[in-house]
Amino acid sequence: MTPQNSWWDWDHAFAVLPQLLFDGFKITLIATVLGTLIALVLGLVVALIRRSAPRIISTPFTWLVEFIRMTPLVVQLVFANLVLSPYIDSSLSIGIWVLGIHYTTYMAEVYRAGIDSVPKGQWEAATALSLPRVRTWRAVVVPQAIRNTVPALGNYAISMFKETPFLFVIYIPELLNVAQNYGSTYFRYTEAITLAGLIFLAASYPTSLLIRRLEKKLA
Amino acid sequence: MPENTANPGSAHPGTAGAPHIEFRDVVKKFGDNTVLNDLNFTVSKGERVTLIGPSGSGKTTILRLVMTLEELTGGYIHIGGRPLQYEEQGGRRVRIPDKRRRRTTTDIGMVFQHFNLFPNMTVMENIIEAPVNVMGLKKAEAEAKAEALLDKVGMAWKKDARPSELSGGQQQRIAIARALAMDPEILLLDEVTSALDPELVGEVLAVLKDIAAETDISMLIVTHEMQFAREVSDRVMMFDKGSVIEEGLPDKIFSEPENQRTQDFLRAVL
Repeated sequence: MTPQNSWWDWDHAFAVLPQLLFDGFKITLIATVLGTLIALVLGLVVALIRRSAPRIISTPFTWLVEFIRMTPLVVQLVFANLVLSPYIDSSLSIGIWVLGIHYTTYMAEVYRAGIDSVPKGQWEAATALSLPRVRTWRAVVVPQAIRNTVPALGNYAISMFKETPFLFVIYIPELLNVAQNYGSTYFRYTEAITLAGLIFLAASYPTSLLIRRLEKKLA
Repeated sequence: MPENTANPGSAHPGTAGAPHIEFRDVVKKFGDNTVLNDLNFTVSKGERVTLIGPSGSGKTTILRLVMTLEELTGGYIHIGGRPLQYEEQGGRRVRIPDKRRRRTTTDIGMVFQHFNLFPNMTVMENIIEAPVNVMGLKKAEAEAKAEALLDKVGMAWKKDARPSELSGGQQQRIAIARALAMDPEILLLDEVTSALDPELVGEVLAVLKDIAAETDISMLIVTHEMQFAREVSDRVMMFDKGSVIEEGLPDKIFSEPENQRTQDFLRAVL
């Protein structure tokens, strides 16, 4: 028997762990993966628009990007949920899109830096070969730009993973929220919160090592 | 020439007999800095013209204008009688849109000082990129043609390599093959040996001399290799401050230049 007031109770730890892994962590992972995919794709689209579209289109996009970057993710989550919940049943969907679009603005900047890092001579060689504009982007510029951006994009994916707990403000049962719920049900927070933190660490640290290795390989 | 004989030089009807390259009142400014001032000259079909002169005299700008890498500030350039960047419409100077410009530039190839091969592609992919995506060749056709060109520049054994695995001289020979893969009628050579280690210059110049001997491609050359210029050129133009100050046969210009500034320049570089 473990005394009720001890700092750490293994019974509670073992009781909460499956919930954390199979409910909370699952949701966290789904949100991160889908959010990252949205940000990867939309980020590239936004970067291409800002770099190649006429000013009348690219300028509003610049404002929008700045607006999203300059307001907190939590505010965006609460606001989007408030406005969209009458139309969209799943607050998880809303949360994923908000995460994805929020990080789109960061990833667009990364892509933009990647595009700018492609040497001028590459554009000139494409012109000298009379390559059409779209083909120049697709075959020459984007592949080289993306190669330069993989590490930074990976870091933003990890960063998004660590910000998924903000989803609790729209009541999504991600990892931290599951831990909180367990805590408030049994009045035992320590085990649940500690384990939630350890799960975050166990997932993000190896990923960051992987990205570092990828970075070395691409350099 | 009898009328029923196919003339490969007149691919564009109605322009036969026009100069291959024509600069008409060309002005190029970068901000307030006038690089070319009211420049007029022509290059005939098959002619090899070398541009010499001190740095900043506008030689490279001329090549870059022909390749549409720079926008004309004033005047016109015609390629085989067709306007390249701007044309006159009802007394007004009108910009030719990029798509129409590309129809003209497909006849023009350029080799750069820093090679500018695509690092994300293999040697073979570099060479077939434009033939497949611009000329519409089938991949197999383009590859067969590329093999022949790589053979010519002595690089067939490296067709699956990446540019980063090759020496400067090898990269430049591949860049030459890439330009030739488009069957250009005009080849622009912009200081193609200036970035090479001295021991690699020879292999690149040898390839270019072969091409000059075996084809009738018109060439506009900017180089510091005066011996090479003397061997391949039909004409040498000496530039200073954006104008031609002397021109003539290479033997004449290199052996007995008349202009004092040409003499000073040649004394400094030879």
